[in-house]
Amino acid sequence: MIYLHLLWVFVKIGVLGFGGGYAMLSLIQHEVVDNYAWMTTTEFADMVAISQMTPGPISINMATYVGYTAGGFWGSLLASAALCLPSIIMVYLVMRLMTSKKSGLFMGNLLKGLKPAIAGLIFAAGLSMMNTQNFVQIGKGENNISIVICVLAFVASYFFKANPIILILLSGVVGFAVY
Amino acid sequence: MKNAFQLFTTFFKIGAFTLGGGYAMLSMVEKAVVDQKKWIASDEFWDLIAIVQSLPGVFAVNTALYVGHKIAGKRGAVAAMLGAIIPSIVIILLLATVFREYRELPVVERIFKGIRPCVVALILAPSLRMIKSAKITWKTAVIPIAAVVLIWWLRVSPAWVILAAIVGSLVYALVIEKKSKKKEVES
Repeated sequence: MIYLHLLWVFVKIGVLGFGGGYAMLSLIQHEVVDNYAWMTTTEFADMVAISQMTPGPISINMATYVGYTAGGFWGSLLASAALCLPSIIMVYLVMRLMTSKKSGLFMGNLLKGLKPAIAGLIFAAGLSMMNTQNFVQIGKGENNISIVICVLAFVASYFFKANPIILILLSGVVGFAVY
Repeated sequence: MKNAFQLFTTFFKIGAFTLGGGYAMLSMVEKAVVDQKKWIASDEFWDLIAIVQSLPGVFAVNTALYVGHKIAGKRGAVAAMLGAIIPSIVIILLLATVFREYRELPVVERIFKGIRPCVVALILAPSLRMIKSAKITWKTAVIPIAAVVLIWWLRVSPAWVILAAIVGSLVYALVIEKKSKKKEVES
């Protein structure tokens, strides 16, 4: 049963995952944390960090991790394969049907139209992770290091385009030193 | 056959050593396939990427399938795809096994307490950058706001939001096309 669920979830994500790994993050979070409860929200955050720090496509990393957590070794293979399956079919169809420039343009326009919604999707994924499980309070109220880390990382990433891997490593060091 | 094997090793190396996900892999693919091996001409490569980018799914897998097929047919497509994903699967399997074993350790827990809020920031920042690059006006700002409210507040599945956005974009595109045709007829 778990294998059927994994297959269904990741095929769906492969079909609807417009706009790269981050857009898939929201879909994966909804299914994995809210729908099937294969992971807690902290496990999900840890998985995102690990997927970002390791080489390779982030969405394949996440699929493998989720699959392993939910269904062991075979679950991880199944989830990754399920995620690739729609791609294989779609690229095959595109090679056959969309050889003209015009149809490529159509898909490009569709993606452009989807962009605002996808941005909202990703933002919602971030908001859903802003909870008491992921943000630890030290003492009472004011002395909140989690918020400081989050704001600093946001500024570094948004305004200075800092390398995400370095930011994750740095906040790991801060966590080690403070908690 | 030789080509398919070479495709596998080329994408395997890129999959094993490129940090930063699909977009980071793209420049490595270009370097390997266009500059070094000269399998595809540069302009043809970027034409391919323009199409691949607009498709849903794993960007790196789409790229591998497309480039692989262009160079060595179906066999090449499969070889390139496997090369791109096998390193990820192996590395994550190893890490997940180890991490799930040791995540209860106080040291690991302390480190990840620091990392979690950073991960949240790393998700929020690109979404805002995306909003900026999509040139959203006061009128179109309704779309991302509605998406956030539906998913975060009302717990609607993001899948429905994407489907609705696809339908909306298609209808919008059709209306625009009809209007421009009407104008042509009138003038």
